[in-house]
Amino acid sequence: MSAAAPVANKKARSFTAPSVIPGFRATFGFTIFYLSLVVLFPLSLLIFRASSLGLSGLYGIAVEPRVAAALRTSFFISFAAAAIDVVFGLITAWVLTRYEFPGRRFLDAIVDLPFALPTAVAGIALAALYAPNGWLGEPLADYDIKIAYTRWGILVALVFVGLPFVVRTVQPLLAEIDAELEEASATLGASRAQTVWRVLLPPILPALLTGFALAFARSVGEYGSVIFIAGNLAYISEIAPLLIIVKLEQFDYAGATGIATIMLAISFSVLLAINLIQAWSQKRFGHV
Amino acid sequence: MRSVSISRRRFGAVVALAASLSTFVDATAQAASSLLNVSYDPTRELYKAINPAFAADWKAKTGETIELQASHAGSGAQARAVIDGLAADVVTLALAADIDAIVNKSGKIAPDWQKKLPNNASPYTSTIVFLVRKGNPKKIKNWDDLAKPGVAVVTPNPKTSGGARWNYLGAWGYALKKFGGDEAKTKEFVKAIYKNAPVLDTGARGSTITFAQRGLGDVLIAWENEAFLAFEEFGKDKFEIIVPTTSILAEPPVAVVDGNVDAKGTRKAAEAYVNFLYTPAAQAIIAKNYYRPAHPEFAAKDDLKRLPKLELFTVDQVFGGWTKAQKTHFADGGVFDDIQKQ
Amino acid sequence: MSEAIPSAALAPVIAVAAPRSVTEETPLTRNVLIGVAVAFLGLFLLLPLAVVFTEAMAKGAGAFFATFEEPDARAAIRLTLIVAAIVVPLNALFGVCAAWAISKFSFPGKSVLITLIDLPFSVSPVVSGLVYVLVFGSQGLLGPTFAAYGIQVVFAIPGIVLATIFVTFPFVARELIPLMQEQGTVEEEAALTLGASGFRTFLTVTLPNIKWGLLYGVLLANARAMGEFGAVSVVSGHIRGLTNTIPLQVEILYNEYNIVSAFALASLLAGLALVTLGFKTLLEWRYAGQIAGRRRH
Repeated sequence: MSAAAPVANKKARSFTAPSVIPGFRATFGFTIFYLSLVVLFPLSLLIFRASSLGLSGLYGIAVEPRVAAALRTSFFISFAAAAIDVVFGLITAWVLTRYEFPGRRFLDAIVDLPFALPTAVAGIALAALYAPNGWLGEPLADYDIKIAYTRWGILVALVFVGLPFVVRTVQPLLAEIDAELEEASATLGASRAQTVWRVLLPPILPALLTGFALAFARSVGEYGSVIFIAGNLAYISEIAPLLIIVKLEQFDYAGATGIATIMLAISFSVLLAINLIQAWSQKRFGHV
Repeated sequence: MRSVSISRRRFGAVVALAASLSTFVDATAQAASSLLNVSYDPTRELYKAINPAFAADWKAKTGETIELQASHAGSGAQARAVIDGLAADVVTLALAADIDAIVNKSGKIAPDWQKKLPNNASPYTSTIVFLVRKGNPKKIKNWDDLAKPGVAVVTPNPKTSGGARWNYLGAWGYALKKFGGDEAKTKEFVKAIYKNAPVLDTGARGSTITFAQRGLGDVLIAWENEAFLAFEEFGKDKFEIIVPTTSILAEPPVAVVDGNVDAKGTRKAAEAYVNFLYTPAAQAIIAKNYYRPAHPEFAAKDDLKRLPKLELFTVDQVFGGWTKAQKTHFADGGVFDDIQKQ
Repeated sequence: MSEAIPSAALAPVIAVAAPRSVTEETPLTRNVLIGVAVAFLGLFLLLPLAVVFTEAMAKGAGAFFATFEEPDARAAIRLTLIVAAIVVPLNALFGVCAAWAISKFSFPGKSVLITLIDLPFSVSPVVSGLVYVLVFGSQGLLGPTFAAYGIQVVFAIPGIVLATIFVTFPFVARELIPLMQEQGTVEEEAALTLGASGFRTFLTVTLPNIKWGLLYGVLLANARAMGEFGAVSVVSGHIRGLTNTIPLQVEILYNEYNIVSAFALASLLAGLALVTLGFKTLLEWRYAGQIAGRRRH
């Protein structure tokens, strides 16, 4: 190790921009090692299993009407759910960090609920709420609104699942922003709305995008909470992860890993695009 | 740079600690003399009653104490787990096709497993019946009523649930007979039933809860034993059991997992366990849990009286065996996929 | 400090005593925002939570507490705690390392690295379990080798730990990266210039700055580690009393129509949120002076 160190050292130096801060090799090395071991190695095996289908085989799966319908359902509803989470998550994070009101701490605590509650329990609880005989389902049924066992049910479940991602990525930033900046902005004659829009929003934009990306990514793969409330009808309310189970049920590992790979590729592209936008906005707005 | 080497050593220590901890925990998880019965969902209550009886019997015969472990999940998922290395000594699954899959994909069970035990290796059978709401407001009497417009039918998804496949085949067998073997008409009939399904839960118990607790649907297609259980659990004043004129004979099979018992040295106990299922004691428990015992003579008269008489057909008679039924109806691009197309 | 309101459903009316400062919203905006947040959280979080506790208490406190006397339930709780105790520290360590490397240095391919760290979120829980079966299952790549040494990975505790590591992998890193990027490197550079060692700089400069993010990350990872269902379900083997975690035990109870016990056990996980509450209150109280200082400077 010690013999190789100078070489590695030189490489690391040329790989990163010069910096006085130490610890790049150790932290970067461990990051890559752990990432490879826990995530990349198993996932590459997944892709390897799917590769027995060949590219044309994968394409064949993706355009098969039932799979295509499920992928559309999963990705569109996840996108909508993440968008809803961003709007309400930002308001929630803002209110929780900035205002003092009775019950604030309690609300702050239960934001994590969607993580702690097993997804199946969440699904069951939501189905119980929105079913035709549920607390919300019954009054809604009077207006002929059906949530449970429709696509709306999927949306409700996914909004639930993704919410903490947005709140919890935005919250620390809102708490850390210097009051000085706001004061400066106000002193220079900006209205409160201008200050919020021009001074406060830009630095939290990257976190907001991250929150969106994570909520979206998580929603796409979500299974447990959705199947209890979705109805699972082919072409209507069937989600892509359910089709993976269906393939597995036929011992069709290639098909299952195939759908998984297609989902992975789409999610990876969306996440990468968002992270690139974020890196760009970071450069543009710079550090605070 | 000193800090780097310290922190790196720490990472190593933590990783090593975690690794050793997990192997230690794993080692203690393997008890000395135990049997693992990997089963499907609706048999929880049954094996909860049978296991202590077997343990007592085994203790009386050999003097050994045996611990029985139970694992329950969907039949197909359980077969997959055994193929992928779940150390089952005995499998008791919903369909012969699932045990055949273990034979074909892993070789852990000898191909002639179904000949090794009486009654096609099924210590009990069951059938498919209907559960309706009290007073039977939609006047459901037979399979025909499920295909009528305006009737909401609750049944699980045949693509993910073993029990759901029995439901489907029950409907198909009935219609095939009704239409004198006309496959096209039969398909239309079954399609009409699935058009009436507002939800396809992934498992049989999910469907029961959707019907009984969420108040969805007019009729639940269910295993006979499940219908009785739901009847007891959710209130006899709320539901009625309806028995169709003709239904399918469900034969859930059992087998010893040869590869695992030979590796673990548990063959004797495992074989004793599956044979125990055919003994008078076990057969009485089976009937008590609303299954149809292979040896009705060992069951209590009152338990048998609860099980209605109806005309039953088998998968072999109508569909030429499970492997064929699976391929024709439930594989991708099979008849069920076709039925679901809009 | 303000009047108590009778119910969360009512729009809270806050008495504003002090004149409005330039860095505050009008009382109207404020109340509308609070109202929207409370209504949204009420609909999407409080109501499901209420369902869980209502169902858990449906047959009274006796039935509720009887759940935790069951040996299988206790085994599930124990297993869940063991798994979280292994998984959370490992992922926290990883999160700090990854955030340090990513936020304090610039190197090519950073966005790709961040995306790879995010990846486990986008993988369906079903698949996160499946990948370990593909590696360690007896038909898998390494399964036969491990089996030859008598090591059972999937359908035993190591498999559950691995699947849990996978699903909670990004939490701490994801919480810290935007935070540390926002903070930049100025303070660390100052400390280093003044002669502090790298590790000391981290402890005395960086750590106090990121402690909230780190805490959030750890709490979230812990919550998710204890609550994960799908991935663990695939690798667990569902052996009663041995390889069932709390979520799996909940499913078993539910499938046995033992709905009270199922929700009682689930309420234990919902109660984690209250532990979070306690933790944060404690820390806020402990660091109250510092926080006020930061906001003012």
